[in-house]
Amino acid sequence: MNEHLIQLSYFAAAVLFILSLRWLSHPRTARRGVAAGVGGMAAAIVGTLIAPEIVDYKWIAVALVAGTVAGIPLSRVALTAVPQRTALSHAFGGLAAGLVGTAKYIMWRQQTQLTTFRTSAIALEVILGFLTFTGSLMAAGKLQEIVPTRPITYRNQNLVNLALLALAVAAAGYLAFVDHGYWPAYAALVALSLAFGVLLIIPIGGADMPTVISLLNSYAGLSAVAMGFVLQNKLLIIAGALDGSSGLILSVIMCRAMNRSFTNVLFGAFGQVQAAVAAGEARTVKSATAQDCADIMTHADRVVIVPGYGMAVAQAQHRVHELYDQLTRRGVEVRFAIHPVAGRMPGHMNVLLAEAEIPYEALVEMDDINPDMPQTDVCLVVGANDVVNPAARHDKSSPIFGMPIIDADKARTVIAIKRSMNPGFAGIENELYYDDRTLMAFGDAKQVIGDIVKAVSGEGGGH
Amino acid sequence: MLFVFMLATFVGFQVIQNVSRLLHTPLMSLTNAISAIAVVGSILIAGEQESGLTTLLGTIAVAASMTNIVSGFLITDRMLKMFREKQK
Repeated sequence: MNEHLIQLSYFAAAVLFILSLRWLSHPRTARRGVAAGVGGMAAAIVGTLIAPEIVDYKWIAVALVAGTVAGIPLSRVALTAVPQRTALSHAFGGLAAGLVGTAKYIMWRQQTQLTTFRTSAIALEVILGFLTFTGSLMAAGKLQEIVPTRPITYRNQNLVNLALLALAVAAAGYLAFVDHGYWPAYAALVALSLAFGVLLIIPIGGADMPTVISLLNSYAGLSAVAMGFVLQNKLLIIAGALDGSSGLILSVIMCRAMNRSFTNVLFGAFGQVQAAVAAGEARTVKSATAQDCADIMTHADRVVIVPGYGMAVAQAQHRVHELYDQLTRRGVEVRFAIHPVAGRMPGHMNVLLAEAEIPYEALVEMDDINPDMPQTDVCLVVGANDVVNPAARHDKSSPIFGMPIIDADKARTVIAIKRSMNPGFAGIENELYYDDRTLMAFGDAKQVIGDIVKAVSGEGGGH
Repeated sequence: MLFVFMLATFVGFQVIQNVSRLLHTPLMSLTNAISAIAVVGSILIAGEQESGLTTLLGTIAVAASMTNIVSGFLITDRMLKMFREKQK
């Protein structure tokens, strides 16, 4: 009787999870998706709690309460910190998988019930779980800037990493095929996986974080799948596979958006973009005051704003919203061009702009807005740099050559807000700033846009 | 089991490819919460009371998963609430 009830609740959970992701396809139905997800999870938990194997509920209750207490503040972080929170939750997911795998290994070892299949599945779960755990902790540390954000590289880095992974696989092979119960091999497996996770993330710089987070997302999902194989639980396999495929899709999108091959990322060879040596010659830029910028934009028909992570760092998104309001009221069409890797995780920029109450219809993806750029009067670049660098299109020597960019340079006028002429993340000069049609507005993005808004509203008209 | 995995991956690809890029951050926090289904395995370990050590490992795993469930669903909903259409 109970067995049927458990299967029924697991089936309901799987269906609800799939619906949940389906409803996320559009902002209008997305919140229903969250409700479906919560329902699915509740069904799964209740279904598990009635399982006959469970003899004691005390520790389960303690852990459920502790998790809830820890989870609530984590859901209240600032939206700029969402990437860190996400990385941290990948770490928790990996930890859970690693611990369950270890507990299962201990149980089956004592009962001498380890088989080749069980041991291999546990090894896979433990490798994925623990490498996701430490790797995600490192990623979260870098995003929170507790750990140095610059890439740390040394000679033969890939060789060392691959050697560690090979040793872990060797230990797993020994356990699976030679001696299931040989615990030193198991301990080595755990230690190597933990170390591998750290070393994998060390060479990665801030600009590569969207790719890395997506990849760790995929690993976290796959570790849940491996747990499903260990416990012979179909629901774990289904939910883990959904997460794994989502992470994989996002990783592929991020790789394409940075013109990196997938194998390049898988082997941890990222973050090694060498800073291009600047040409050295002093080139001149045209600078503009806030008043100039306001004049140009109020007389434009179409304005495209290209936001980058710099906008969020300067906390300028609310000023950007005011500018959007002022210009829209004057009949100027204002849209936002969103590059897939803008921000620190996939879709991050959209969330930051949505928080600033900019309607989502105004947020346009790179591929959809590029054909309109030649008919755009003004392109305003706020805190973005590499994603608008035309060198990516034609300069074969540039480290970002081949990366798809937003065609800011095709607009009739470009206004770039920048703190100074220092090159961005990748340390690459941006020739857009030296273009004849480009005006530079120097200063803090929040300050500059605030001044532009004042100048626009001071220009009469409106209300 | 392998069949289930492959089918679920296929369904995942189909469904997730339709998710608007607009919502990729909420997508990641939602799938995060869903993959905290690891709570199921963790509860079984914590509740079986096989030995003190395995109960401890299971309890930590339940707490870690539950953190992901609570924070994942709450923050997804919080972000989705912010996406609004143009007011007419």
